[in-house]
Amino acid sequence: MTTLVIAEHDNAQLKGATLNTIAAAVKIGGDVHVLVAGANARGVAEQAAAAAGVSKVLLADAPQLAEGLAENLAAQVLAVAPAYSHILFPATASGKNVAPRVAAKLDVAQVSDIISVESADTFQRPIYAGNAIATVQSGDAVKVITVRATGFDAVAATGGTAAIEEMAAVADSGLSSFVGREVAKSDRPELAGARVVVSGGRGLGSAENFKILDPLADKLGAALGASRAAVDAGYAPNDWQVGQTGKIVAPQLYVAVGISGAIQHLAGMKDSKVIVAINKDPEAPIFGVADYGLVGDLFQVVPELTSAL
Amino acid sequence: MKVLVPVKRVVDYNVKVRVKSDQSDVDIANVKMSMNPFDEIAVEEATRLKEKGSIAEVIAVSCGVAQCQETLRTAMAIGADRGVLVQTDAELQPLAVAKLLKALVDKEQPQLVILGKQAIDDDANQTGQMLAALLDWPQATFASKVELGDGNVTVTREVDGGLETLTLKLPAIITTDLRLNEPRYVTLPNIMKAKKKPLDTVTPQDLGVDAAPRLKTLKVTEPAARKAGIKVADVAALVEKLKNEAKVI
Repeated sequence: MTTLVIAEHDNAQLKGATLNTIAAAVKIGGDVHVLVAGANARGVAEQAAAAAGVSKVLLADAPQLAEGLAENLAAQVLAVAPAYSHILFPATASGKNVAPRVAAKLDVAQVSDIISVESADTFQRPIYAGNAIATVQSGDAVKVITVRATGFDAVAATGGTAAIEEMAAVADSGLSSFVGREVAKSDRPELAGARVVVSGGRGLGSAENFKILDPLADKLGAALGASRAAVDAGYAPNDWQVGQTGKIVAPQLYVAVGISGAIQHLAGMKDSKVIVAINKDPEAPIFGVADYGLVGDLFQVVPELTSAL
Repeated sequence: MKVLVPVKRVVDYNVKVRVKSDQSDVDIANVKMSMNPFDEIAVEEATRLKEKGSIAEVIAVSCGVAQCQETLRTAMAIGADRGVLVQTDAELQPLAVAKLLKALVDKEQPQLVILGKQAIDDDANQTGQMLAALLDWPQATFASKVELGDGNVTVTREVDGGLETLTLKLPAIITTDLRLNEPRYVTLPNIMKAKKKPLDTVTPQDLGVDAAPRLKTLKVTEPAARKAGIKVADVAALVEKLKNEAKVI
């Protein structure tokens, strides 16, 4: 029984979610190998080789793998798939994009977004926006799985001494091509991995008002998040969205400001360790999940809180 | 050219589902059902492409029980030209649906299939990618912008940390994200007109597809409940609690 973890990276840095995915692989048992597919990504392979619990790193390095196109990346995984009993991807935009493609080619089911490993063939995953937890068993020969990062504590990024083995890259499928990327620039921690998250909702009222959260986030060293209502209204960028259809976070501290707490939003943050809600409506559903609730006008409370820290 | 739009009948997004006491599943008897929100966006996008004159026909497809006809009628009220129901009472998982859709694609020969990125019941986010794999077509998931070109389609995708743009050779698969468009409200005249549009029914057997589930659900449970929180009176009390009780700052 050997598990293959598909590394998430940007050709320079191994992304944190990979370490959580390796942790899930370790729980399954058996050897853990990591596949790094990219262009000029040897540095990433070295980082993967240093992760605790990894016994081998496969490196496929070629220009057609630079942008993680689903067609090429899936083909690269399929080239080594016969050697593995489990193939794990982080449940990120990239993992979700590629894992089902691999599963269908292998004619096996895919298990999405697992939050725990019960045994080598049984896993728990949330359904209905996290309102129910399903325990599912796979009878397929190969288990293709995406792993919810917040469900597993990351393995140590250093201390491992896995060997790096180069493998031939698959040819370009020619079906799709990369045009460009717009990366939202931010000096703050990455939302999905942040220790503290400060999120704003419709209650902020405008993109201008959203800036009221900046000093609070700075003081807490927090990432900024937003509800769908705030994103749809243009108060915050799309990739800040926390919820069923946005990012799933589970920080130590989640501060929800002007967020009512719709089911879809709760799905993305209710596994946070401590939840603080600031809302002027005492009946807002967010207070149902908040450890500490403060009923009040956020425009008064947020600056006050910032200066009190 | 034709566009195929798969739509799924799901528990309405406003309903908070309950787990059955025997832990066999969630209880969806007598709850409101609707079209999956991402599929509405898919039907809207196909309809807009048709209105721009880029495509000739929009075919809505649904797989499941007889009541999925209602979902197909909604799709036709938004703008789909006709519907196909793959009728079965059996549980359908994403791989089975992808195989059923492949059989329909082989029959109908569309150049584009637009699906929702995920269904809000099983939250799988698999079917579009699986269909792309079975057909060996390119895929663009989580689309927030779609532009049809000559023999290709350019799609902007929502990815972690921003947006990326890809060009796919047609035929291709696209799955929709929330911000691709805002679906129109269906009007009463269009609902009436939709009743007259053709709706064919086939079965998985007709399509020669083995739709048996591959994953076995052992049980469905409630998520762990959070312990009840408290309301604090002011900012000072909040800071005190966070520092001394929760010890998170």
